[in-house]
Amino acid sequence: MSHIVIDKERCKGCYLCVDECPKKLLKVGESVNELGVRTVEFHDPGHECLGCAMCARRCPDIAITEVYRG
Amino acid sequence: MAELTQVFKVPESIKKGSKFSFCPGCDHGVAVRLVAEVLDELGIRDNSILVASIGCSVTLYDFLEVDSLEAPHGRALAEATGIKRARPDKVVFTYQGDGDFASIGMAESLHCALRGENVTAICINNTTYGMTGGQLGPTTLLGQVTTTSPTGRNIDYYGYPVKIAEHIALCDGTAYSARVSLDSVPNIKKAKAAIKKAFENQLNGVGFSFVEILSTCPTNWKKTPQQAHARVREEMMPVYKLGVYKDITENN
Amino acid sequence: MTECMEKTSEKVLTKGNYAIANAAVKAGCECYFGYPITPQSEIGEFMSGKMQELKRAYVSAESELAAINMVLGACSTGAKAMTSSSSCAVALMQEALSYAAADELPVVLVSVMRGGPGLGNIYPSQGDYNQSTIGGGDGDYKLIVLAPSTVQECADLTYKAFYLAHKYKNPTILLADGLLGQMMEPVEFKKYPYPEVDNSDWALTGAKGRRARVIRSYAPKAENQCEFLKRLHAKYDLIAQNETDWEEINTEDADIILVSFGSPARNAKSAMRKAREMGIKVGVLRPITLFPFPSKRISELANTAKKFISVEVNMGQMIRDVKLAVNGRAQVELLNRPVGTPPSVEEIVEKLKKESGIV
Repeated sequence: MSHIVIDKERCKGCYLCVDECPKKLLKVGESVNELGVRTVEFHDPGHECLGCAMCARRCPDIAITEVYRG
Repeated sequence: MAELTQVFKVPESIKKGSKFSFCPGCDHGVAVRLVAEVLDELGIRDNSILVASIGCSVTLYDFLEVDSLEAPHGRALAEATGIKRARPDKVVFTYQGDGDFASIGMAESLHCALRGENVTAICINNTTYGMTGGQLGPTTLLGQVTTTSPTGRNIDYYGYPVKIAEHIALCDGTAYSARVSLDSVPNIKKAKAAIKKAFENQLNGVGFSFVEILSTCPTNWKKTPQQAHARVREEMMPVYKLGVYKDITENN
Repeated sequence: MTECMEKTSEKVLTKGNYAIANAAVKAGCECYFGYPITPQSEIGEFMSGKMQELKRAYVSAESELAAINMVLGACSTGAKAMTSSSSCAVALMQEALSYAAADELPVVLVSVMRGGPGLGNIYPSQGDYNQSTIGGGDGDYKLIVLAPSTVQECADLTYKAFYLAHKYKNPTILLADGLLGQMMEPVEFKKYPYPEVDNSDWALTGAKGRRARVIRSYAPKAENQCEFLKRLHAKYDLIAQNETDWEEINTEDADIILVSFGSPARNAKSAMRKAREMGIKVGVLRPITLFPFPSKRISELANTAKKFISVEVNMGQMIRDVKLAVNGRAQVELLNRPVGTPPSVEEIVEKLKKESGIV
């Protein structure tokens, strides 16, 4: 099933990806990375991810490092 | 279960383990990634030489796994000319800010285009000097408040902003001049296509190829990254209209 | 002119500027970038034809700023590249020279001095001794500076400029003046006498089969900059140890030593011969490398000589280096012309007579 991989240490907390996801599967998480940023988390319990990679293309820091479609 | 296809990965041309030093939400990171993706797709990373400039883009060589030379402020296209003339078989490109390209380096930029040097130039237009803290630059819009235009850019004191892609398109040596934006994912895709075209042109030896990229500076604009993209659409695009201003390969 | 340039095995009568240009071509200069300025425009004129004929790179740059930066670009690939200019326009190049020193690029700059400051005039001058040896760029850097005194040396030291620039990865200036640039003398263009320097371990060639190389000066961390500057200055010490060069005549028993570089050194030598005929014990020390300056030798001579006279065409610039070398152990005086022709032989002889008590 389609999914993404997030490198939390790269996330700077701009949250542009949160708005970008057509299925609203990204949200601001509770955990904080080395930069002191509450990083983005991917929650897809209903397997809704389209693998569209809109989030990854929007991310300015390549924090979404991999996107798989299937 | 359907087989998984990887549709996105970290480009090979991005230096392993490197992290961008740009502010959160800054579109520089997107632009750098697009350049890296294009280098990957054209298979030219290991035959390319980057000329880095001064400004927020100065440490680009820390992010791209590409042989790089740091140029003094504004002189990137002079350095690029020297490299290309010395080694015409190398793919030579610059990545500059608008201050570097169109203020301190305007002479070098225009003359490089006028000579029709077979190089690729990428210019980030964010309407301010970002690295030094948001001063008025050559592309600062009329009315825009910066740290050196505290009541907004007025014509009496500051004159007019420069429309870079249009000026470059006027040069006879220019093969390609386009303005793109990174405000939305569809526009990011178009931006990548323009960057790719600008590199393909060099591989085909057709002349100077230029891409101006409308970008954001959330920190100095004092906006959220989301608000910054809205500003690109609402304030920048009416003045800096997106499009291809010159493409000598169009009819071929 | 082009025709006689082809003869390499015998002497030809040629101008200093042409000698420099022709020697650069014979040294294997692959790229010339330039912008016209009197009194060195013949160099660019010669190069424009010759480089195209040889299918090498030539660019009429939009400014001296652009020209020197094009040289930096070409040099970053390991190419032999050069520009040439004069005084007020070399002033424009100072930023790039500082970058080239920090980037350790083998830049060759031919600087044919004219009168300054400002636009000044087109008469010969040595007013850019300080500009060349101290520099106007930012930071702690040194350029190798070679000072020819004859048209033959204009050719020979051009060869050497390319060699030293590449050997030490250091920007190198050939510092001539308007007199040398414009005067004609017989010159023999020998074969380039130096080995080719291997630059395969640093030149930008595209990162094929290896990690990417970065040529940069930006050092955001102070501790890195400290290490870098120490290493850079260790290189300058090595250059001083290996490459300091000067000509010395009749200094062993000399009471007075004329110190002079470039074109005025010619008159200094003539004056020395005349003064010797009068029984005045005079010697000449002519620095050929201005950086590294022959300080050590001058210091040794200060043990025996009573007086040093710095003969210059400026308001007294090299004299400071002479004084530093002498360090108070002998008198140091200036005999100068502010600009134009060097102090005449007669003028120097008169000075020597006065100093020796022969009036």
